[in-house]
Amino acid sequence: MIVTFTINGEERSATVAGWESLLTVLRDNLGLAGSKNACEQGECGSCSVIVDGANLCSCLVMVGDCEGTTITTVEGIAHGSVLHPIQQAILDEGGVQCGFCTPGFVITAAHLFAANPNPDEEAMREAFSGNICRCTGYGALLRAFDRLAGDGT
Amino acid sequence: MTVGTKERVAAGIGENAPRPDGVAKLSGNFAYGSDLWIDGMLWGATLRSPYAHARLVELDITPAVVMSGVRAVLTQDDVPGRPTFGQVEPDQPVLCDGVARYWGEPVAIVAADDQETARAAVEAIIVEWEPLPPVTDPDQARAAGETYRDMVIRRGDADAAGSVVIEGEYETAIQDQAPLGPEAGLAIPDGSGGVDLHVTSQWIHIDHAQIIASLGMEPDDVRCHPVGIGGAFGAREDISLHIHVAMLALRTGRPVRIVYDRTESFAGHVKRHPARMRYRHEADDEGRLVKVTVDMVLDGGAYAHTSHAVLANASFFTVGPYKCDNVFVDAAVSRTNNPPAGAMRGFGAVQVCFAYESQMDRLAEVLGLHPLEVRRRNALGPGDPLATSGQIVEGSLPTLRVIDELESIPMPDAAIPDDPRRLPGGTGLTTPKDAVVRGVGFALGLKNLAFSEAFDDFSEVLLILTPAGLEIHTAAIEVGQGLVTICEQIARTVLGIEAVAWLSADTSQIGSAGSTSASRQTQMTGGAVYEAAVGLRDKILQQFGGDELTNDGVYDRGELVATLDAVTADGPIEQWVRYRHPPTEEPDEFGQGNPHAGFVVAAHRAVVDVDPELGLVRVVQIDTAQDVGKALNPQAIVGQLEGGIAQGVGFAIMEELIVEDGVILNPTFTDYLIPTLLDMPDVGSRLIEEPAHWGPFGAKGIGESPTISSTPAVVAAIRAATGRPLNRVPVRPQDIAGV
Amino acid sequence: MDFLAAGDLSTALDARAEHPEAELLAGGTDLMVEVNLSYHRPAGVIAVRSCEELLEWEGRRIGAAVTWARLEDGPHRALAQLARTIGSPQIRAAGTLGGNVATASPAGDGLPWIAAIDAEIEVASQRRGTRIIAWDEFFVGVKETTLAPDEIITAILLPEHMPVSQEFAKVGVRNVMVIAMVNCVVARGEDGFRVALGSVAPVPIRAYRAEEMINAETSISDAALTEFARIVSDEVRPISDHRSTEAYRRHASGVLARRLVERCLAA
Repeated sequence: MIVTFTINGEERSATVAGWESLLTVLRDNLGLAGSKNACEQGECGSCSVIVDGANLCSCLVMVGDCEGTTITTVEGIAHGSVLHPIQQAILDEGGVQCGFCTPGFVITAAHLFAANPNPDEEAMREAFSGNICRCTGYGALLRAFDRLAGDGT
Repeated sequence: MTVGTKERVAAGIGENAPRPDGVAKLSGNFAYGSDLWIDGMLWGATLRSPYAHARLVELDITPAVVMSGVRAVLTQDDVPGRPTFGQVEPDQPVLCDGVARYWGEPVAIVAADDQETARAAVEAIIVEWEPLPPVTDPDQARAAGETYRDMVIRRGDADAAGSVVIEGEYETAIQDQAPLGPEAGLAIPDGSGGVDLHVTSQWIHIDHAQIIASLGMEPDDVRCHPVGIGGAFGAREDISLHIHVAMLALRTGRPVRIVYDRTESFAGHVKRHPARMRYRHEADDEGRLVKVTVDMVLDGGAYAHTSHAVLANASFFTVGPYKCDNVFVDAAVSRTNNPPAGAMRGFGAVQVCFAYESQMDRLAEVLGLHPLEVRRRNALGPGDPLATSGQIVEGSLPTLRVIDELESIPMPDAAIPDDPRRLPGGTGLTTPKDAVVRGVGFALGLKNLAFSEAFDDFSEVLLILTPAGLEIHTAAIEVGQGLVTICEQIARTVLGIEAVAWLSADTSQIGSAGSTSASRQTQMTGGAVYEAAVGLRDKILQQFGGDELTNDGVYDRGELVATLDAVTADGPIEQWVRYRHPPTEEPDEFGQGNPHAGFVVAAHRAVVDVDPELGLVRVVQIDTAQDVGKALNPQAIVGQLEGGIAQGVGFAIMEELIVEDGVILNPTFTDYLIPTLLDMPDVGSRLIEEPAHWGPFGAKGIGESPTISSTPAVVAAIRAATGRPLNRVPVRPQDIAGV
Repeated sequence: MDFLAAGDLSTALDARAEHPEAELLAGGTDLMVEVNLSYHRPAGVIAVRSCEELLEWEGRRIGAAVTWARLEDGPHRALAQLARTIGSPQIRAAGTLGGNVATASPAGDGLPWIAAIDAEIEVASQRRGTRIIAWDEFFVGVKETTLAPDEIITAILLPEHMPVSQEFAKVGVRNVMVIAMVNCVVARGEDGFRVALGSVAPVPIRAYRAEEMINAETSISDAALTEFARIVSDEVRPISDHRSTEAYRRHASGVLARRLVERCLAA
């Protein structure tokens, strides 16, 4: 089947099997490899994308169900070559190590701060509880998000 | 040109310089192994053994071969060269040699036009097994003489005796590195019989040696390229799919890509060795160690990998950062049908740290001493002999200072929190505030720096100064730890030049940088960059008659005598270095000698809230004082400390691969649990700068320290809260609840 | 058929009747794991997450496709509590109560709540119309239900009299995003306490003996609670597996049930 959706502001189509995951189609059909394939069972958040306003694990989204949706991936967060304030804060605080979880954190942060510009620490910890980071121990990420919450960005 | 004000170069050592790969990683544009793509490539897939031990009775690949879209189906008969691999002892078949010796052992490999076809072809292969009884008990294997290595340490007087005797048996389970990026790679035939390999790795040169042996090819025919790694922690130090993907590419003449899924990844890389350790500490009335006697067995699983070196580490660090004149260790690493074990962050030092720190706590308790006091009284320092090998500690080892600094970190608010997310059980709402007991625990850990036991350990770096700036060429692997950043910082500081770029080299372009493991790259490749930069700087200063190099150019007594453009006017200036750490020795038959290049020490304090009735734990705060030598990039160090602590917390209370009859029962992220943000404590860090006797600016490698003593600190805190003995990690709810 | 995104129930039911081989997709949080890790390839898929009828949540009827994210903010306390423990925020934005019921995992966190309040499962088919099934006749084994191949779960129906208080708790070794070793709901209504547990039997169960015992007490003493917990531990039928042991699950069942009774009493 052919699925058509809007990804990062651009209309895209792909010929797919309906049961394929959105993640697979993003990575293998559309050349958007920024969303990561770490666990493929919704337990790590590395493949997080925003679909019609919801932050979802794209590995668990069946692509057949995406017709007509609007999708934001990590590739759509920066403004050209200028990092989004979320990305800049993570970079400044040292929140990137291996970077495999990073796209998922960027997406979850974008989703969180759009809905709630000033979350408290516990709310932030819970909001990011579906994003596993194996390298940083989350400290630098939390400091970046604290800074963003403080800025009201 | 006028004389400018010479300012210190920006983003040099001591600063929190940003990662050069940060923007690409944040934008989703950084290429990891699993992102590699080339038009016309085939997809590979692997048939694996469903048994931990079984004889291959029938293997018929015909149904796969005849499938449309299948380009190659290969088995052990197709391995062109040496049929086995292994970085120390080549004992593992590239593909099953008729007997599967562990669950998930690769049996056949397929290349097909797409992933669906490749997987379907694997399913189509007819395979019949005769299950054999698996050997799963490392003690039994040891008794039967099935060991990869046995170690004996005999130091001091066997008749020495202390007035206080502490005996204990300890066990550590299997921890997985669980890097988020899966094993992945792309092999591209070069058109003249050779192949280019882009496979996730911690050490491309050791891969290369094994790959060419099994491919039966000359070194020049195979090039291993560094590729983006989604974490490593030891999981990428051994061969996984490297030879397979190369075989498929060479057979088909087309590029082939293999990406493991999560379950394959759990099957496809080595684990932390599980250990059983029987300890006897004898001390005098003051708590000073008189004698330590240890018997331990590690389970090496089905193939050797790095078991030799892991056992050595476990043996040499069996007493920890403490003085003791009489030490007797019998240790072995067994061959079983359990998952192969190998490198994981801490590399043998983790297992024994849990045991010796548990012993030190019990000693303190018997003598009525504060846990840190008994450690102070025994603290190992510069000039002291290591308790096991007798090697005199050279350079810095601030054991007493890490204890003092740890104590200076403020404790958390004593009140039990109200928010359930801060309580044991978290959002599961299991635990009312009044069911919570708080505990505090401490632990210290000792680790060697870089490779030991006379290994020829070196790193090669080539620096090239061009009009555009400095290029660092190296095969050292960045796994996320920030080596790229600190090498650039070192070069900037030495050369005074800001424009520095890290350029990864493949195996044909430069010699080995050694493994990104053993806490070694900051000192080894960082050391190589330092030495090469000094050489380059001195060469330039001599040539242009200056006394200082800066971003502007060469100065002589404050006067600019040559701009950088002028310096490179005749072409790029190069400096190559092969950097070695001070030589180490093979220990003698009793484990005596100088096997190590240096040591690093750390201390952890854990504060935990426990629900003793349900056996649930919320780690409240972990503080650490870390011997860093010199902090080249404090932010990156704190990142390592916090990340290492997360893995230590995981090993203390949740991370365990559960194996039954050799089969991993939880090879997914649903059941292999990694700490989330709601499990991670607040962390306080103190960096202690006492320069190392080698390495750039006195820096020490600190990648492993945070995982070593954070685990026993958490367990000590749970013991303090509950009074339970807890002689095994991870600690399970039933262990605390006593059911 | 490959994939059908049904916009309303009748479209979905027609497709279900015509393609009995096709699988139903709601949030995808179970089915896609099978696709990704077990290489399961559905012969066809009928997506129901956009069926209007399944998204409605009014009064006693909770549409089957209502997501955990919505339930988290809903009025039913224990349901909101349990919804918050399911997977991650990403999972809760996709996963549904109906999906939890359809999958019928022994560890399904929504199931003890359904058992504790004596909810019913509303199902529909093109041929037989709507059918309402008591929860204890719906769940019959590990991932096994009495849903017919041509049926779709349309709603969870709540009883006329909802409990006065209701509390949920779940034990796992991680503080969030974890499969339950034991999960438990205690509801307190006019007729006394009802105690339901998950992960301790092939299906969600009620601790009827324990209920009977505690409901016979006129004033609930510490000793009565201890005895109550003992009976709960005795009444559950857990197994040992890679997530926990039988002994621990029995123990934790009693502890949780007792604590939840205390929470209901304090409410």
